[in-house]
Amino acid sequence: MTRLWSYGALAIGILYFLLPLYGMSEFSLRMIRGEYSLQAYYVVLGDARFQATFGYSVLMALVTIVFGVLLVVPTAFWVRLKLPGLRPYIEFITLLPLVIPSIVIVFGYIRLYNTSSWLPLTGTAMGTNILLMFGYATLALPYMYRAVDTGLRTIDVATLTEAAQSLGAGWSVILARIILPNVLGAVLSGAFLTFAIVIGEFTMAALLDRPAFGPYMQLLGANRAYEPAALAVIAFAITWACMGLIQLVTRFSKHNRVAR
Amino acid sequence: MANSSPARRRLPLTWLGVVPFFVFVGLFLLLPTLYIVVGAFRTPGGEFTFDNIIALNTPSILSAYWVSIKISFWSALLGCLIGFAMAAAITVGKGPRWMRDPLLTFSGVASNFAGVPLAFAFIATIGPAGIITLYLRTEFGINLRLMGFNLLSTLGLVITYLFFQIPLMILIITPALDGLKREWREAAAILGATNAQYWRKVAFPILFPSILGTMALLFANAFGAVATAIALTGPSLNIAPILLYAQIRGDVLGSPNLGYALAFGMIVITGVANTAYIVLRARSERWLK
Amino acid sequence: MAFLDISHLEKSFGLLRVVKDFSLGIDKGEFISLLGPSGCGKTTVLRMVAGFESPDQGAITVDGANIVGLKPNQRKIGMVFQAYALFPNLTVAQNVAFGLSIAGVGRAEAAERVAEMLALIGLPDKGPSYPFQLSGGQQQRVALARALAVRPKVLLLDEPLSALDAKIRVSLRTEIREIQQRLGITTIFVTHDQEEALSISDRIVVMNGGIAEQVGAPFEIYNRPNTRFVANFVGTLNTLAGVVVDPAAGMVEAGGRQFALGRALDGARGAALTLALRPEAVHLGRAPGREVVLPATITDVHFLGSVIRLRAEAAGASLSLDTFNRADTPPPAVGATAEVSFSAADVIVLGD
Repeated sequence: MTRLWSYGALAIGILYFLLPLYGMSEFSLRMIRGEYSLQAYYVVLGDARFQATFGYSVLMALVTIVFGVLLVVPTAFWVRLKLPGLRPYIEFITLLPLVIPSIVIVFGYIRLYNTSSWLPLTGTAMGTNILLMFGYATLALPYMYRAVDTGLRTIDVATLTEAAQSLGAGWSVILARIILPNVLGAVLSGAFLTFAIVIGEFTMAALLDRPAFGPYMQLLGANRAYEPAALAVIAFAITWACMGLIQLVTRFSKHNRVAR
Repeated sequence: MANSSPARRRLPLTWLGVVPFFVFVGLFLLLPTLYIVVGAFRTPGGEFTFDNIIALNTPSILSAYWVSIKISFWSALLGCLIGFAMAAAITVGKGPRWMRDPLLTFSGVASNFAGVPLAFAFIATIGPAGIITLYLRTEFGINLRLMGFNLLSTLGLVITYLFFQIPLMILIITPALDGLKREWREAAAILGATNAQYWRKVAFPILFPSILGTMALLFANAFGAVATAIALTGPSLNIAPILLYAQIRGDVLGSPNLGYALAFGMIVITGVANTAYIVLRARSERWLK
Repeated sequence: MAFLDISHLEKSFGLLRVVKDFSLGIDKGEFISLLGPSGCGKTTVLRMVAGFESPDQGAITVDGANIVGLKPNQRKIGMVFQAYALFPNLTVAQNVAFGLSIAGVGRAEAAERVAEMLALIGLPDKGPSYPFQLSGGQQQRVALARALAVRPKVLLLDEPLSALDAKIRVSLRTEIREIQQRLGITTIFVTHDQEEALSISDRIVVMNGGIAEQVGAPFEIYNRPNTRFVANFVGTLNTLAGVVVDPAAGMVEAGGRQFALGRALDGARGAALTLALRPEAVHLGRAPGREVVLPATITDVHFLGSVIRLRAEAAGASLSLDTFNRADTPPPAVGATAEVSFSAADVIVLGD
């Protein structure tokens, strides 16, 4: 009885998950009538706009990760070390991007930072790029902060800091050479997750009118038949790679290992 | 530690360490949100008013909210049920144990595989010219369209959203199921309880806050999803996020402040759902300490 | 037939035989400890009695009825688990009442029984509390009350003290023994802690490798261990290599001295054997009644307060011995020469 429903639930669930994956893969190979080919992939990968938008999104993801790490690691470290009373509030704030839909946040950006405002970020392309990067950093904040804070919990921040200070290290040395290496696994997990989120993000990029990969995919989807399926396969592969890398770094950084 | 007297004198300097963080979240999270919230209660001239909120009460906007709520509710409920069944099968049930790690890894991927590509995957599968649609029509003569199924509908959205809702449920509920101690089951058994009595009186009450809380989280998750809906249906489907998207693009409502009110309504709904999640989660964690 | 009778129990997990031909009769009201290192099969025996594992062979009868075919929830057995297995979603009172409500006991009677049980474990006011509000010791007492509330025929205790602090462990074990004696309930207690087993049991079963090595009262187990394993596992032991001189007269030679053990030996003349002595049987200096005297060198001194534990080289072996502290006699220095003495009657001859 128990065995029956166990296998039943798994079978139905797995069928549900496999069908769309099979569907998109199969569809993406059918561009040339009557045979299987990689034609859709050649077309997509050869498209100059694909290269441009994908490159743009990769660059945005990398900049977002660097900014996120520089913002989150010192903050999380400092809060653990000096302001533990602040932790619940910071934690609450970092969870807000999960509560407030991203479309609402970007709506606020457009109104708050338009050309006639006190900080006219949307006035220039570079300004809008920076605004979009901040938007991505906001979206990634819950994951990044959670990952780093969990990483810090597994090491004794106070003792490590005091030990480093007693050996004459300054704050930058402590952060760069003591704290960061110890939470590297957590930071990398957060970074790969950020990458997966940013690379396909649609709403913010579309509303800020930036030539990112997400809006490009949407545009292609509205006009083509087989290329979108190829894009879906590529996007799924990227997501899978990011998650695989997270598993890998978690496995290699021992103090993040969860006992089961 | 921070209250000893030398530390108190240093307190202003200590605060400097978190200034970048607060400046950032202030400018790019709190202030934009606040701007929308305040705007929802202001006239274009800047005076306080409830008119925008009242103006939401039109059939088209109400229906947009209502359809959104329906989609979010059903995708959350089904996501919870199916996700729970699958997670239970690999933890406390009699499913194959070797599937546990692959399923959890896959859930991590699938819960992040949202947005535009997800819509493409479903269009390629059960869209008008999708693989399954064509297969059913040519091999079995089953015409999904004639049977009333359309991927570009609320049902289609629910089916599509489940692709990230189910994995999210699996990821959140598996630790809770792992937290059910073997001793509880055994203690119940030795006290005379059947397996059904154990589930009714012990396991389910323990899990209930987690399940309900996760459902609230899934609800909010679906409610704010824009990209999948737009890629799937274009601007045709009247749901709250798409309406807001159109409003931001081209002021289709004819009043910027009504747009703020629309966005404010979305914040309220996801806010309520998330508060429910946090409260229920705290409750279940208190027990399981 | 005993009240709880276990006969010829066998259990394997895969190729590993964890319980081998285990038989034990327990009288009504008796407190039995299963003592052994982890992996010796003691918990498996307990879980077979509870019904969580089914034996490959053998019978378990309670009051004459075989219970092997019954599910755990049909056995009318109470059990306390190692980890606090209280239901976290129920209050203390609801936990204690759990088995009663399953059995369909009326509300008023159940409330009365819960109050009685909470009084028995000394927590009469904790009924409305949740388990997470209690200390570990309190939780374990509630678990005991929950197990006893349904008036089981047999009580099983699966290392109930091992998760607790040392101090609470000692006070709670006394309390468990008191409650057990007051209720007269037949009890099996599983532990790896020899002191625990020695202090509260009517009889102890020392287990090793799935076999019951020795069954007996604590005094007997400690002073007359049958096997080398029992002797080593229960208490500290000094061993001396010896040679049989005259088996019939019980004469042996060890450390260059010949002495009579006062009982006949199995081995032939010239056979090697191992002699063992408890630390408290070895005396520093000479004393009346301790006729075997060996020259020794003190190698180690541990001052433990009321007791001084010394290590001495004697007869080619390193002996551990205890002396009581006396304010007028400082402990010997390391490297000092001394004499140690013991009575041949205290010597344990180890079999294999």
